[in-house]
Amino acid sequence: MRPALCPDVRSCERIADGIETELRLVVPSDVSFVEEAVEVVARHVEAHFVDPHAIRFNVRVALAEALANAILYGNGEGADRGVELHVLFGPRTVQLEVTDEGGGFDYGLVPDPTSPWARTEPRGRGLFLIRELVDEVRFNATGNSICMILRRA
Amino acid sequence: MTFNVSKEQGGVVVVAVDGQLIVGNRQELKQRILDALDAGGRKFLIDFTRTGYIDSSGLGVLVSLSKKIRDQGGDLRLSGLNEDLKTLFELTKLDTLFAISDSPSEALAHF
Repeated sequence: MRPALCPDVRSCERIADGIETELRLVVPSDVSFVEEAVEVVARHVEAHFVDPHAIRFNVRVALAEALANAILYGNGEGADRGVELHVLFGPRTVQLEVTDEGGGFDYGLVPDPTSPWARTEPRGRGLFLIRELVDEVRFNATGNSICMILRRA
Repeated sequence: MTFNVSKEQGGVVVVAVDGQLIVGNRQELKQRILDALDAGGRKFLIDFTRTGYIDSSGLGVLVSLSKKIRDQGGDLRLSGLNEDLKTLFELTKLDTLFAISDSPSEALAHF
């Protein structure tokens, strides 16, 4: 049996938006770890957030998408690579940053998966779903790090 | 996460997704259904009554299976989507590609 993923969770100085806790976790480049990593994050954040349903659904799906992209396309499932997950959260804000060790990706080139010709394609919905499920999405200049923010009033 | 496969009256292969349908297990679902298709099954129902969430890889597998089943002259139906899962299908407009029923019994009645 493989060891469980062990996050580093600690209180942090309030940065903005009432953020008071941070969680760090390195996820191996193996898609079989995605579900466990998502559960670890959801378990820690859910009790602190004013809208637990949004954690159970929006955050789970968005984070699963970002981790899958990082493992499959960023790291190319390379066994010697990892995905860094950095989560900052408070009662009304969750910020999830997922960083891979790849060379980056041009997120502007992703076509609309809901167009009639794309709808029957098996791929291309991940980033679209992330954008629909969280309030803000940012990328670093290299394109190997995505930052997803969910806010509740 | 488990996939429970059963065969109902009328030869409908029912696959119940218990847990998540995501990148880490999508291939297992695909293989289970392709094996049943190879074995002569033509009517398939995937039930999501006990499913937490589905990611884009899971949705992609459903799209791919739908095409393969249709190419073999078969029929794929989905059932048991909760409000969140229905939202995923609506956002991606996949609700226009699939026959979706509220419950497995309702779906079975449509085969």
